[in-house]
Amino acid sequence: MEPIEIVARLREKFGSEILQDTQFRDQVFVSVKKDRILDICKFLHDDPDTNMDFLADLCGVDYPDNEFRFEVIYNMYSMQHHHRLIVKGMVPENDIVIDSVESIWSTADWHEREACDMFGIVFAGHPDLRRILMPEDWEGYPLRKDYPLKGRKDWEYKGFEELKDLHSHDKEWNIQA
Amino acid sequence: MIDDNMNDRSEGVDLLSKELTLNMGPQHPATHGVLRLVLDLDGETVKKITPYVGYLHRGVEKLAENRNYMQILPLTDRLDYISAMSNNIGYCTAVEKTFGIELTERTEYIRTIVGEMSRIANHLLWLATHALDIGAMTVFLYCFRERESILDLFEKLCGARLTTTYTRIGGLKNDASPEWLEQVYKFTDDFPSRVEQYETLIDQNRIWLRRTKGIGYISPEDAINWGLTGPVLRGSGVNYDVRKTQPYGVYDKVKWEVQTAQNGDIYDRYRVRMEEFRQSNSIIRQCIEQIPEGPIISDAHKYVLPPKDRVLNDMESLIHHFVLITKGPLTAPKGEIYVATEVPKGELGFHIVSDGEGRPYRMRVRSPSFVHVSALPKICQGELVADVIANIGSIDIVLGECDR
Repeated sequence: MEPIEIVARLREKFGSEILQDTQFRDQVFVSVKKDRILDICKFLHDDPDTNMDFLADLCGVDYPDNEFRFEVIYNMYSMQHHHRLIVKGMVPENDIVIDSVESIWSTADWHEREACDMFGIVFAGHPDLRRILMPEDWEGYPLRKDYPLKGRKDWEYKGFEELKDLHSHDKEWNIQA
Repeated sequence: MIDDNMNDRSEGVDLLSKELTLNMGPQHPATHGVLRLVLDLDGETVKKITPYVGYLHRGVEKLAENRNYMQILPLTDRLDYISAMSNNIGYCTAVEKTFGIELTERTEYIRTIVGEMSRIANHLLWLATHALDIGAMTVFLYCFRERESILDLFEKLCGARLTTTYTRIGGLKNDASPEWLEQVYKFTDDFPSRVEQYETLIDQNRIWLRRTKGIGYISPEDAINWGLTGPVLRGSGVNYDVRKTQPYGVYDKVKWEVQTAQNGDIYDRYRVRMEEFRQSNSIIRQCIEQIPEGPIISDAHKYVLPPKDRVLNDMESLIHHFVLITKGPLTAPKGEIYVATEVPKGELGFHIVSDGEGRPYRMRVRSPSFVHVSALPKICQGELVADVIANIGSIDIVLGECDR
């Protein structure tokens, strides 16, 4: 199936959810509202014609001036049909929660933790949403465009502080909406 | 009093059956870098593994947003520093696709040759350390002998052994001389017999077989669902290789086959990599036999650095050179693209968002090691603690790439 046909089928099934689709050098990107992202992903994963069984990548992008500040990019690929579709979940800044797709592709587990770590996007229903690359008690979200490049003015490094018994208190560091 | 004690025992409150939490790493020789695992053990059985990563996080994605396209190239060396050549190729391929640059044929051939050499070097280091981890010392020395000759060849080609920075956007740093190609060809003459040597060392070895066969099983469905790629995925019998499905370089012009195995255990992942040695060797030979003469820098002067001798003699080339170095390409097309290449460890993807500036608006690195570490708890669940080491070895991770 050509990616553009998949978009047509998505429009058929989730008409009002689809915002727009773009094409760049043979790759098709489709932006969708965030509310039914789980249903859309499940449909793309389960439908035998699309069969997107491989989630190649999941990441966030920050556009501070847009209506939807954040995009969550779901890069799906089908091992059987060898087609790729890139779905973008649009997340506004004032409601920065989107459903987790970890239940569909378990590879999304760490990718979502990373997107949360770097952009502060909260994935509802994620089993263990903690910071992953940055330290657990880090403040701010490094990949946002407004995050300062060379240190913060009113911020001072307090020195290394041991986080006691980190492992058994993992759940305390979970990030919620 | 006595009765109380009896009751305690019947309820199973016994020191000997207590679960043990064991910390492993981040400074541990068998974790292949700064990976920290916390193991919850019941006796010798692994109940749960919690990996902690990020010790080598350097913010490559953030750095990339503030550098022009040319300046990002050295950062990619430092992702997977064992096969820097492959990363260079992956990044340049992604940027060239974004800009729409056509490469010259000679460039494609040389890139394929160095890409496969880097695959051999990577698999050699993998075999050496993996065998060392599970008790076979000798293989280590033999593998490093051959890896050394590949690194020497890299040094002759571009002056660096590990952090090569050899490719350029739209071309290469310098051409490969006929003598160099001859030396590589000579290396490929000997190499298949060396692979046989490694096999005689471990393939019949009872300890090796007991430590690898039937351990760390991954079913094909799980492998896909967990996002595994590269030899780990092919070891589970899934025929997926970016070089075949989305060809780049000259992989569609040479004869080679995707190597798969059926059982999905550590031994099969080892088999896949051993066969890839032979395939890579044959790809390099075919490339050297077919390689055409011609320029190594493509003719898209708005994006590609002109050759150095032209910069020193031609005003227009000097201007292009100056602008590309200081500001990056001024007329980059707007759009975004995901380009994957098959690096030795799996699928390395670059998702580049370009807003027309001389630097990427966003560069996302999809690194295979990150995904492979995330699958480690699932692979090791319920296995013995000694097999954790074997499993870490078999998924072939580099923490520089995992943490970025």
